[in-house]
Amino acid sequence: MKRSKTLALLSMTLLLAACGEKGAATLDRGADPKLPAPQRGLLPSMKIAEPSAWGDQKPTVPQGYSVTAIATDLKIPRQTLVLPNGDIIVAEGRGGSAAKLKPKDVIAGYIKAQGNTKVKGGNRLTLLRDADGDGRYEVQSVFAENLNAPYGLAFANNKLYVANQDALVSFDYQEGQTQASGAPVTVTQLPSEINHHWTKALTVSPDGRYLYVGIGSNSNITERGMEAEVDRAMVWQIDAATGAYKPYATGLRNPTALAIQPGTGQLWSVVNERDELGPDLVPDYLTSVREGGFYGWPYSYWGQNVDPRVKPENPKKVAAAIKPDYSLGSHVAALGLDFSEASMGEKFADGVFVGEHGSWNRSDPVGYKVIFVPFNNGRPAGEPIDFVTGFRDADGKTRGRPVGVTVDPRGALIVADDLANTVWRVTRNR
Amino acid sequence: MTPVTTANPAYRSPPGALHAILLAGSVPLFLGALLNDIAYSNTYQIQWSNFASWLIAGGLLLCGLALLFALVNLVRARPKTGQPLTYFLLLLATFVLGLINAFQHAKDAWAVMPGGLILSVIVFILICAATWVGFNPRMGGVK
Repeated sequence: MKRSKTLALLSMTLLLAACGEKGAATLDRGADPKLPAPQRGLLPSMKIAEPSAWGDQKPTVPQGYSVTAIATDLKIPRQTLVLPNGDIIVAEGRGGSAAKLKPKDVIAGYIKAQGNTKVKGGNRLTLLRDADGDGRYEVQSVFAENLNAPYGLAFANNKLYVANQDALVSFDYQEGQTQASGAPVTVTQLPSEINHHWTKALTVSPDGRYLYVGIGSNSNITERGMEAEVDRAMVWQIDAATGAYKPYATGLRNPTALAIQPGTGQLWSVVNERDELGPDLVPDYLTSVREGGFYGWPYSYWGQNVDPRVKPENPKKVAAAIKPDYSLGSHVAALGLDFSEASMGEKFADGVFVGEHGSWNRSDPVGYKVIFVPFNNGRPAGEPIDFVTGFRDADGKTRGRPVGVTVDPRGALIVADDLANTVWRVTRNR
Repeated sequence: MTPVTTANPAYRSPPGALHAILLAGSVPLFLGALLNDIAYSNTYQIQWSNFASWLIAGGLLLCGLALLFALVNLVRARPKTGQPLTYFLLLLATFVLGLINAFQHAKDAWAVMPGGLILSVIVFILICAATWVGFNPRMGGVK
């Protein structure tokens, strides 16, 4: 009771402060978003999800599709992987050990925690199996445990690769296993000091030779010091055989999901951009990731737009910054990415699915859904289409928050929901 | 020529020990914040800015409690003018601008500047003035 009063007071204060920052009614998405001038009131706009149970309700999917919960009561599911035999691996955990450096970190941390699950992260992998193909995943087995906030998952070379928050590890895998046969082997250590953005996204090249790991920045916009940003805000290319690594692309603030485009072998990423520049800055984006490319963070955003909060400046880096391919809208918090295929149905066959965890730094919340970005000739083309919605209703009640999205070649989309601790499966009706 | 000696009323007495600690204690805290802000603007080393944030928070805590004493003082004062009023208003201004400065310092990296430094200067001058007046209860309004 007392806490709810405090919260109400807090949110009133924040709402008051946010009045000056009214965002556009619709998100500016696509290749060429309009970028308003930066703005920031005395307090940042904050609107936090009010967690609420699903009960009998389910997410909304397009006509001709159905959705079912194939696993519930998980321990913070983040990313999923479909193995060759159709089994699904779910990575569960919560990471980060960022110290609270300012009074602000204490207060904002408390407020943001209200919009997340209270469950303790599992630090494990769970395997789900539907042996008879009836859409019911009757086997739910702990594949491996005692991991350190596992997030990114990939399968190649008869190995299951897992990106923990501090290391890339692998498990030997034989088809049909429901449990790892031994302890994981470390492929290489990953940057893990502070881990402000702790999630390590992962994908593998089609030939299995290289692994790509997305490493988020150690701050919103260098407020933990430039020293903390060594080896951060970049994608590493790691040799699967030796563990040798190099930065593959840099200046990507928080590359939360990586995927290889079928056919071309091109690496793509969704990236979460910086906060506290207003409701319509800075767009989170979907982009092809060029080897050696620099994408702006921290010096600039969306190409050459200089961020005045970063000192000392670096005009050379600003000039070199690549403009991303496709805006997903500011603050949507894209955390999942996968390429679709023909089995998803004609309308959704060519393009990517993107899981949007949802905003905090916007008085009019955005995200909280899974969208489909259509492609044409291998490039994003046209307006995104809502694919899974209903996670948050108009009065702020939030039942779920999508994270990882994975296309099951059998014609289904697997969506991890880290608020309801559920894995959803969206299938085409036949 | 017959001077009338009366006991000083409480509101005309110098601040008591606790009140004095709170009031005088805020001065070095706000001064420290100012010095750290200067260091941050000269070096871009973020740690100075973090120090400034905490020093402001500490200054606000002490100054806020001293403000309660000042308020009680003012309520008991007859008439409610002169030193008790000046002292209260100066301390109130310190607290309000200090709070705004705390929010300013909650911005990320260089977004704190230059507003944070300017506010720190003003807040430091205000707390010095408030403390000066606070420790001189016979200032102003005394005949």
